[in-house]
Amino acid sequence: MITLKINGLTVSVEKGTTLLEAAQFLGFPIPTLCHMEGLSPYGACRLCVVEIGEAPKSRLVTSCTYPAEEGLTVRTASTRVLKARKMVLELLLASCPQSKVIQDLASAHGIRQQRFKQEHDDCILCGRCVRMCEEQMMAKAIGFRSRGENRSIGTPFDAKSEVCRQCGGCIYVCPACQLRCTYTEPDKAICGGCANLTPPCAEKEQFDDMMCYMNPCVACEIKKD
Amino acid sequence: MQNKATVNSTIDTQNIQAILEKHAADKGGLISILEAIQAQYGYLPEQALRIVSKQTGRSLVDVYGVATFYRFFSLQPKGRHLVCSCLGTACHVRGAPRIVDELEQQLGIKAGQTTEDMEFTLETVNCLGACALGPVVVIDGHYFSKVGKSKVKQILEQARQGFDAADIGNDERIFPIDVACPACQHSFRDETLKLDGYPSLKLDVAVNGGRGWVRLSTLYGSSTVCSEPEIPEGDVVEFICPHCRSQIQAVSDCPRCQAPMIRLPVGGGGTIQICTRRGCKQHLLDLSSSQESPDWL
Repeated sequence: MITLKINGLTVSVEKGTTLLEAAQFLGFPIPTLCHMEGLSPYGACRLCVVEIGEAPKSRLVTSCTYPAEEGLTVRTASTRVLKARKMVLELLLASCPQSKVIQDLASAHGIRQQRFKQEHDDCILCGRCVRMCEEQMMAKAIGFRSRGENRSIGTPFDAKSEVCRQCGGCIYVCPACQLRCTYTEPDKAICGGCANLTPPCAEKEQFDDMMCYMNPCVACEIKKD
Repeated sequence: MQNKATVNSTIDTQNIQAILEKHAADKGGLISILEAIQAQYGYLPEQALRIVSKQTGRSLVDVYGVATFYRFFSLQPKGRHLVCSCLGTACHVRGAPRIVDELEQQLGIKAGQTTEDMEFTLETVNCLGACALGPVVVIDGHYFSKVGKSKVKQILEQARQGFDAADIGNDERIFPIDVACPACQHSFRDETLKLDGYPSLKLDVAVNGGRGWVRLSTLYGSSTVCSEPEIPEGDVVEFICPHCRSQIQAVSDCPRCQAPMIRLPVGGGGTIQICTRRGCKQHLLDLSSSQESPDWL
């Protein structure tokens, strides 16, 4: 067993556990995008950054790929971590503003501005689909191609793959294309932030508390009082 | 893309098979395999990648990923001459973009493309490390320094003529050398037939199961050659000493075409390595070699 400190709490985990798993075990929320249970850790989206080590020599690492070390001090929500995470989200948002997953994450992290040029790509190169295809579907039909700014995901030669069984797993796990954000003003970089709005049931008396998945619904309870 | 279909039909499966067999022993030799294929065809044909994937048990995605990752590999057929214009910082401030514009205009293509007659491929690189000579243009491994807009036409014409059509007798890079058999130390010099105005070097060869002779120019830098029977371009031959009948063993692989290279002692000390593939001009002259000069000198 390895003993480490996360946000001041001491936790013992088995060897090989990642910082992300340890933090989630304690109940500290760490946002993730490229991480998915059942797929190998990849560390592509950099959203799960945490601060390790003591103050002047501390550094940021991706918690999904960093294995727990004996006596390590981890901070999952320090000012530095939050600042880095917001920057990562803002960059992700610039490349893929149509993704509902990213828009929701952005609004949940209080991003109210967009300083970067919007690219309107369909892909954030998180590699979830590539790992899904290889590790769960054992197909290896799609993969990364080219390098740098030309990097893309697809089949070799852009031809119909002989090994693809059209399972649709790649689309199912994609954070960028599974759900489209249907924000009202398409020219705006940041959507209305629906994750921050009060749920519709709170406004309308005819819906009961079971309108949303939260039971009892916190927002509805507050509104009633 | 336009000539993909025609090129694909000319792929020799056996060629690729031979390359794969050569690299079968080294695990993870994918890059070496792709390098050998590119040396053979000048690019990586789709069919070749499919064969590599099938034979090595790697998925096509992985092979394709490696082939597209490295800039050295090309999936498009390249022209006979490769024109590389440097766009590094030093060349850039000395007007390299204007040179690229001029090259594009002269060739009628954009950077990264190949002319329709498959003569020229124009590429840009980010630095060649010869910043003091900028703007630098490299054509088929020949460096041109401080290239001005007016010089572009001239160097393209020079490339069209071929850099090997050198001026024998006036060019100081060309001089006669005498070469001997590494086993019996007999000189290969043959007075009966002259090439480039000098006695030629006569060696026996075995090619495609047949025997014959080949006469090489004694001039270092000249690639004049004649043979009986005619050896097809691209064939690899075995050299045999006409005096002691021993086969001359290969010592290394040609860095350009992967064919075996043989090493021969040179009169006056030193050695020369030559590629055994007909048409490949790869050679390596090493006059600093400590080898004793043969006693026939």
